[in-house]
Amino acid sequence: MLTFMASDSEEEVCDERTSLMSAESPTPRSCQDGRQALEDGESAAQWRSQESEEDREEEDPDRYVCSGVPGRPPGLEEELTLKYGAKHVIMLFVPVTLCMIVVVATIKSVRFYTEKNGQLIYTPFSEDTPSVGQRLLNSVLNTLIMISVIVTMTIFLVVLYKYRCYKFIHGWLIMSSLMLLFLFTYIYLGEVLKTYNVAMDYPTLFLTVWNFGAVGMVCIHWKGPLVLQQAYLIMISALMALVFIKYLPEWSAWVILGAISVYAAMVWTVGMAKLDPSSQGALQLPYDPEMEEDSYDSFGEPSYPDVFEPPLPGYPGEELEEEEERGVKLGLGDFIFYSVLVGKAAATGSGDWNTTLACFVAILIGLCLTLLLLAVFKKALPALPISITFGLIFYFSTDNLVRPFMDTLASHQLYI
Amino acid sequence: MTLCAVKSQLASGETARPGQAFFWLVSLLFSSLIWFTTATLIGNKDEPREKYLLIFGVLISVLIQEMFRFAYYKLLKKASEGLKIINPYEKAPSMRLLAYVSGLGFGIMSGVFSFVNTLSDSLGPGTVGIHGDPPQFFLNSAFMTLVITLLHVFWGIVFFDGCEKKKWYTLLVVLLSHLLVSALTLISPHYGLNLVLAYVIMVLMGVWAFFVSGGSCRSLKLCLLCQDKDFLLFNQRAR
Repeated sequence: MLTFMASDSEEEVCDERTSLMSAESPTPRSCQDGRQALEDGESAAQWRSQESEEDREEEDPDRYVCSGVPGRPPGLEEELTLKYGAKHVIMLFVPVTLCMIVVVATIKSVRFYTEKNGQLIYTPFSEDTPSVGQRLLNSVLNTLIMISVIVTMTIFLVVLYKYRCYKFIHGWLIMSSLMLLFLFTYIYLGEVLKTYNVAMDYPTLFLTVWNFGAVGMVCIHWKGPLVLQQAYLIMISALMALVFIKYLPEWSAWVILGAISVYAAMVWTVGMAKLDPSSQGALQLPYDPEMEEDSYDSFGEPSYPDVFEPPLPGYPGEELEEEEERGVKLGLGDFIFYSVLVGKAAATGSGDWNTTLACFVAILIGLCLTLLLLAVFKKALPALPISITFGLIFYFSTDNLVRPFMDTLASHQLYI
Repeated sequence: MTLCAVKSQLASGETARPGQAFFWLVSLLFSSLIWFTTATLIGNKDEPREKYLLIFGVLISVLIQEMFRFAYYKLLKKASEGLKIINPYEKAPSMRLLAYVSGLGFGIMSGVFSFVNTLSDSLGPGTVGIHGDPPQFFLNSAFMTLVITLLHVFWGIVFFDGCEKKKWYTLLVVLLSHLLVSALTLISPHYGLNLVLAYVIMVLMGVWAFFVSGGSCRSLKLCLLCQDKDFLLFNQRAR
């Protein structure tokens, strides 16, 4: 239990770190974005708008995360930002919705993920206390411990990156994806089979899990069709979210969600304040050209593409379309926390679908707003704060105010 | 160039739907808040009081929904004016399309919220109407949800058109018909009357919305006989 627990919270941090690496390119501008994002150190909330990356076409063609990136005439930037912002919103809705659907479907059908069966070592305080005050105190303490673990792991990874221990980071990533793709999938499959009372013999199970896991490792760490890679990323985000939903106690989960979004916003603000455009060399991690080349060499193949890249359709023959480079990137940590929120709403809403739907709509609207801000500011933005705030507000208000109203209306068959 | 225009139009049209759904949700939130506070303030829960409270809640909710529809119209108007300033050569998304999409968003959200809990309960074990209530509970709910969704679509189209052409009586008619439909559901055990009247209102609103969006008897005939070559939603040609 202990080993995969260790990779749980680090997973988000790992995702964050390697998302920086996969975004790196020889241009100083994107590197600056990368450094700034690095300094934000936020595990779950980095996001880059790729609309201003003109020089990406020199990228290694194997890096399919940056496929099809021709240059773009400079004057069209603002127009295209607004025009194509809406399209990116739609394209991000699909994977986020799919991840949430998988999590909600599992929560509603498989009883395992709603049963209380112990807690993570990161949340040692139990919530089975008689008084409300004590319970609140315990959940706040749990949150503090969790956040400090995340901060520690982020600093650790930054230090590793700075001292060029790339092999260590790479190995860590491979180990955590192995754990997710094999062990967690095996547990998930076992529980689903138990729920539907389907018997499966061990050889078939072994074959299934082996194929799923091996193809996943290849797709994520090496080459594969973009859609398949994204499907695997959705699956592992959903699995991570399910683990969180199962092992985080009730109140701690909500406080942690709130704290993570506050932390993301704070870190982003601090990062923005420290970033001084006039003195590019004065960033926390000085831009080191040799380090840049090193990282490029040691990750000649695509590094862990833990950022989610909506596939952009190609439009042949239209010159104006070519600047549709890559769309926006959304970190896997964001997927995980959105799904945790919606999953918790589904798990604790006393069989009520209205709460789940309300949280879902709130998160999507938060995502829209964040994308709008991204188009306006053209800087990396944390994706968590706005969506999670909306989600939390809507969860608590729908559960306490709207649910009794709608239930009373439905029982009297009144329609509004 | 036209491909760009069409796509951006679609894109902004499609983002209008979740936006309006969100606005409906917020309106529901406010109306439940009002109902809840009134209920707590009044205190004792005897049967007729609860019924009156519920009626009050329904009426307030309808009012707030229409207010939020108007607010969303204002928001969309401002957004498309902003877009026009930035991209003067770009064809702005048509207000009719936005009206349709926003009505659809409202309708879907309203329908889903009314119906999804009933739907999930219908899967479970149980007998409908075991205590003497009418056994057509689920059928009635389903048909009522359908009529409400379609009505929201038509109301959206008519409402936005009224706002565009500054015909304020249109808004009043939409509000009154919404109140009428909701009030009709108060006579709930008599499903027949309730449903039939609601469907009649829906057909009337549908016909009105059709003529408001630029349809005519001639275009309808051409469409039904498949003689209309330009049958596209985005076609802005006056018919």
